[in-house]
Amino acid sequence: MSATAWAWLVLLFPLLGSIVIALGFKTLPTKVAGAIGTAAIGLAFICGVAALISLLGESPDARHHASSLWDYASVAGLDIKLGIFVDPLSVFMVLVVTGVSTLIHLYSFGYMQSDEGYHRFFSYLNFFVFSMLLLVLAGNFVLLIVGWAFVGFASYALISFWYRRGTATKAGMKAFVINVVGDIGLVLAAFLIFRELGTFEYSQVFARAPQVFHTNEWTVTAICLLLLVGAFAKSAQLPFHTWLPDAMEGPTPVSSLIHAATMVTAGVYLIARTHALFVLAPTAADIAAFVGLATLLVAGTIALVMTDLKRAIAYSTMSQIGYMIMGVSIGAYSAGMFHLMTHAFFKALLFMAAGSIIAAMANNQNIDEMKGFGKAMRFTSIAMLCGGLALAAFPGTSGFFSKDEILAYATARGGMYEIFTVLGYFGALLTAIYTFRLIFRVLPGKPCPEAQELIDNGHVHHAHPFNPATGEEEDTEVGFPGADHHIAEQSWPMRAAMGVLAFLALFAGLIQVPGVDEVVTKFLDPVFADSPLTQIVPSVGASWAGLAIGATISIVGIGIAYWLYVARPETPAMLIQRLRPLHTFLVNKWYFDEAIDFLIVRPALAIGRFANRTFERVVVDGLVSSTEDIVGGSGRVVRVVQSGFVRSYALLLVVGFAGLALYFLLSSS
Amino acid sequence: MNTEWYVVLSSLLFAVGAMGILVRRSPIVILLCLEIMLNAGNLALVAFSRMVGNQQGQVFAIVVMVVAACEVVVGLGLIVAIFRRKLPLDVDELRELRG
Amino acid sequence: MEAVLFFAAALGALGGAIGVVALRNPFYGVLALIVHLFSLAVLFLLLTAAFVAAAQVVVYAGAVMVLYVFVTAYVGGETEPVGDPIPGQKFLAPLLGAALFIELSIAVLGSSLLALTTHGPKVGPGFGNPEAIGKLLLERFLLAFEASSILLLMAAVGAVVLAGRQGTPGVSEGAVGGSSERAFGAVCSEHPPTAPSPVGGASA
Repeated sequence: MSATAWAWLVLLFPLLGSIVIALGFKTLPTKVAGAIGTAAIGLAFICGVAALISLLGESPDARHHASSLWDYASVAGLDIKLGIFVDPLSVFMVLVVTGVSTLIHLYSFGYMQSDEGYHRFFSYLNFFVFSMLLLVLAGNFVLLIVGWAFVGFASYALISFWYRRGTATKAGMKAFVINVVGDIGLVLAAFLIFRELGTFEYSQVFARAPQVFHTNEWTVTAICLLLLVGAFAKSAQLPFHTWLPDAMEGPTPVSSLIHAATMVTAGVYLIARTHALFVLAPTAADIAAFVGLATLLVAGTIALVMTDLKRAIAYSTMSQIGYMIMGVSIGAYSAGMFHLMTHAFFKALLFMAAGSIIAAMANNQNIDEMKGFGKAMRFTSIAMLCGGLALAAFPGTSGFFSKDEILAYATARGGMYEIFTVLGYFGALLTAIYTFRLIFRVLPGKPCPEAQELIDNGHVHHAHPFNPATGEEEDTEVGFPGADHHIAEQSWPMRAAMGVLAFLALFAGLIQVPGVDEVVTKFLDPVFADSPLTQIVPSVGASWAGLAIGATISIVGIGIAYWLYVARPETPAMLIQRLRPLHTFLVNKWYFDEAIDFLIVRPALAIGRFANRTFERVVVDGLVSSTEDIVGGSGRVVRVVQSGFVRSYALLLVVGFAGLALYFLLSSS
Repeated sequence: MNTEWYVVLSSLLFAVGAMGILVRRSPIVILLCLEIMLNAGNLALVAFSRMVGNQQGQVFAIVVMVVAACEVVVGLGLIVAIFRRKLPLDVDELRELRG
Repeated sequence: MEAVLFFAAALGALGGAIGVVALRNPFYGVLALIVHLFSLAVLFLLLTAAFVAAAQVVVYAGAVMVLYVFVTAYVGGETEPVGDPIPGQKFLAPLLGAALFIELSIAVLGSSLLALTTHGPKVGPGFGNPEAIGKLLLERFLLAFEASSILLLMAAVGAVVLAGRQGTPGVSEGAVGGSSERAFGAVCSEHPPTAPSPVGGASA
């Protein structure tokens, strides 16, 4: 079968899985529903592998195929097809998405076992995977927008999965609104593309763009900036990032799938896919790179002071995506995509481990109260350590090779881009510190009461479920694990998933060792061959130099974290005392939420109030009720004629007749 | 007398009948005035029939008479019914059909 | 001679009409109308419409007016009150009547229909005979003839239903002719129905 046929199957299985589980939500037993969900994505992964094999069987230049099922709209110059585009980039994304999704489904199979909304969860999760695959496989901008919007919806549905929880629904709405802002950018970009180039199909757009646009012409820059709005909103970059930490209200598998591995990487994919346009608008590309850099640093600093375990990991995600955006914007396309892949592995793993620990804490996510889980939960600790090492770019791990490849490219490009290298390394230092801050606070040390309970009786701690943010009691009818929590040690699906990811997090980097084998770069080269930026290739020596610097920084960072949290545990408190204003600033997340509230939310509410009070009540209501009054009034006036007197009716008859006769007499004379 | 005289007389009678309907309040008298108007029409019909020279106008006049008879029957039936229900026989008093 | 007859009959018709309108007592109004009808019959005779004149006397003055007389007797001839609840009616009515007459006269007198000023063509002796009228009714205007019969039937049924006693609709066995007789019998149900009186003229 051809690659496109496999690609269509890739799309089909998750959609079928979602529908089947949704239709059978009352009849299917939970285990069956979970199995169907996992199997669906597993099948999609297999089809993705088959598509890969099929692609590899062709020569590198011929590895791009478009295939469409039918025409959506063929009218007035518009020609929109339900079409996919299969090339190395989309197959790469398909494999990453389906691979990590299968493992996360497997994890959820165990983790969400006691949740009332089990079926709903798997149906939504399958639908999400379908939407993400649609996004990456789309062959034209219209279908891309469709996938983009579906992904936004799936994210909303999954964030507010426990919908009786006030904080969850608010977070879902926040995520959705910010996503919609991004959607607007994307749609406007699509409009502009159509206006300038006359088509939506990828192959035609990217072929015509260099002929139609001059470099840095305002149209192509506008298109790229609008695309960036979409990318930043979806990937939680400044200033559209405020939704991601709140999105941690969703269940942990959701956080690991959507907000670590797949959805938030959609922005990176978008920039990589439309690199032809960004090459023509270097200003926009530079802006994107700087935004990525800024996000990287801001998120890194905030992660240093976060006390909520999942939120800390969320800021870490934001920071790493900053790396990816930076990478694909400055031209390190394969490096950026490679980092996307390794990040998916180790971030998903970190979230899974965090989920296990939070379950042991009876859904308490505050790291101030966690200690000593290293003894209580061996498997989880080892998994967390693997993920942490990869995140901190410890030498030899996957994160090591991927992150430093981006920074090596930045050095090779030279000039202004050296800033990225320097600050990128500083960000790597921050990454190592905050990662191991988490690990050193949670794992070693004297076990906290929950951990102690695990060590002593092997029971997971039970607590009355209540929302720590608002203090209100949780509603376990629709979900929210009630009395039962599942930790990895007691659930084989969770262990299986985490095991595979730990292996990948540690060793997946070996496929892209500079100078030795560069599987990813070679595979993705044909896609990016049309960009002049791929001519800049760091020499092997420079790459290894960069790797050495990265290794040093990583180890230094881990050392600093060790010193702060294990060797001299009183130091952090003292630091906070000394730098209180800075600490407050960071804890309040650089006041972004407050700024957005002030600049956007309040004016919008004021406009709404004005519209209601003045426009609606006075103008619209006034118009409507005055029309009503006029009609009623004229009715009252006319009603006088209907007096009930037969003789006056007769009079009117005669008057009418006389008038008519007069008219005819006059007109005929 | 030429036809004009008859037709003018017919229109005069018609006008008198119309005025009578407008002025009188007793339903019986109103029906009588209606008869006057119908007869005026008949007169015009017969006059024109004589003017044209065939008898179709006369046939029409006979049909008009039939119609007038029917209408009188129903109208008087109404009046009797009203009288039976002890309602005042005055068209100005009977005015519930109004807006 | 014809002119004298014409003016006399015209005066009678006009007088009768004005009498109906002006006389307070409905009884007198009915009698005035009878005078009016007879005058009209004379006018019909002057227009060589013999059958129509006969029908006018027999049907109209004979049957319809008798009906009126009976009903007026039953209902009572109360004179009307003087005041008028509708403002302006008593003032506008004569005005409109006059306007109507003037307009119609102008229409007739100013008409370009030249035949109006003639006496009409010479007609043979059978003009206006029952034979001639009957021929027309049964040959050319058969549909109209039959339709008017049905109309009479409907009117009879309607009158019976309207004026019947509460509870007893008063419909006896159906007969084709003499429907006015039936209505007349139902109306005056206190009085025993008389033998078939000369009221069968309606079934022409």
